[in-house]
Amino acid sequence: MDAFIPVSASIGGILIGLSALVFFWAFGRVVGISGMVAGALTGDAMLLRLVFLGGLLAGAAGIYVFLGRPTAIVAQVEMPWIIIAGLLVGFGARLGGGCTSGHGVCGLSRLSLRSLVATVVFFGVAVLTVYVTRHVIQL
Amino acid sequence: MSSNFNTLKSVIAAAVAGALFGAGLAVSEMMNPKRVIGFLDFAGDWDPSLAFVMAFAVAVAFIGYRFGRRRSRPFLDDTFHLPDPKGITPRLIAGAALFGIGWGLAGLCPGPAIASLITADGDFIAFALAMLVGIAVHLVVDRLAS
Repeated sequence: MDAFIPVSASIGGILIGLSALVFFWAFGRVVGISGMVAGALTGDAMLLRLVFLGGLLAGAAGIYVFLGRPTAIVAQVEMPWIIIAGLLVGFGARLGGGCTSGHGVCGLSRLSLRSLVATVVFFGVAVLTVYVTRHVIQL
Repeated sequence: MSSNFNTLKSVIAAAVAGALFGAGLAVSEMMNPKRVIGFLDFAGDWDPSLAFVMAFAVAVAFIGYRFGRRRSRPFLDDTFHLPDPKGITPRLIAGAALFGIGWGLAGLCPGPAIASLITADGDFIAFALAMLVGIAVHLVVDRLAS
């Protein structure tokens, strides 16, 4: 496993929080990535969302290169599971009205009970899924 | 939508917010699915990093929403666009549960799924495309249902 990285994790968290702050102060909107992608497909504030997603790619690429590619980033499941997981993440996030960023970061910081419930459910189910796929059936 | 929506200021603010988010995912290594699964795997070698990311992100965003809402409107739009409170519905629970299965399977949620595309790795491209299909399926189902 990779070593625990409290300092990098805290700095990364602050940057993600600042992203939510900037987006809210500028546009009065929450930063939910699944909603951002869905909106980029349907047209509500399409330009803003596309620019945000472009910025996300540029920011990630900039840091990754700047840090000298500190870790090899490789997928943790094989086909066809990666496709099944992608479908579930996309559909589930929209059905539930948000993902780790929309419910997890923005919803919790807005003290939304609905987001708290969603966050507890998806964390719980994900922990259970990891337990089953890594320790019971060894996917 | 505000009339000044298409201005350069809006584009810069959206790009800065996006870049901060992407940089945060890269610095914290949350775009690496191994890290995420390391957090979700309580029965393995547990890696608490993700909890630190969430805690600090929530703390900063909390301050952002608290002070941001003191204004009558955002800096670059006419009104706030906060999600409507819809209560705790079966959809919310079912969606969060399906999302949790996918997230646990691959260790990728939407932000990292997009950030991981910078590796140009086929597996991540496949995941992102599948996620896009999942989002599109929901858009269609939602439209047919309403």
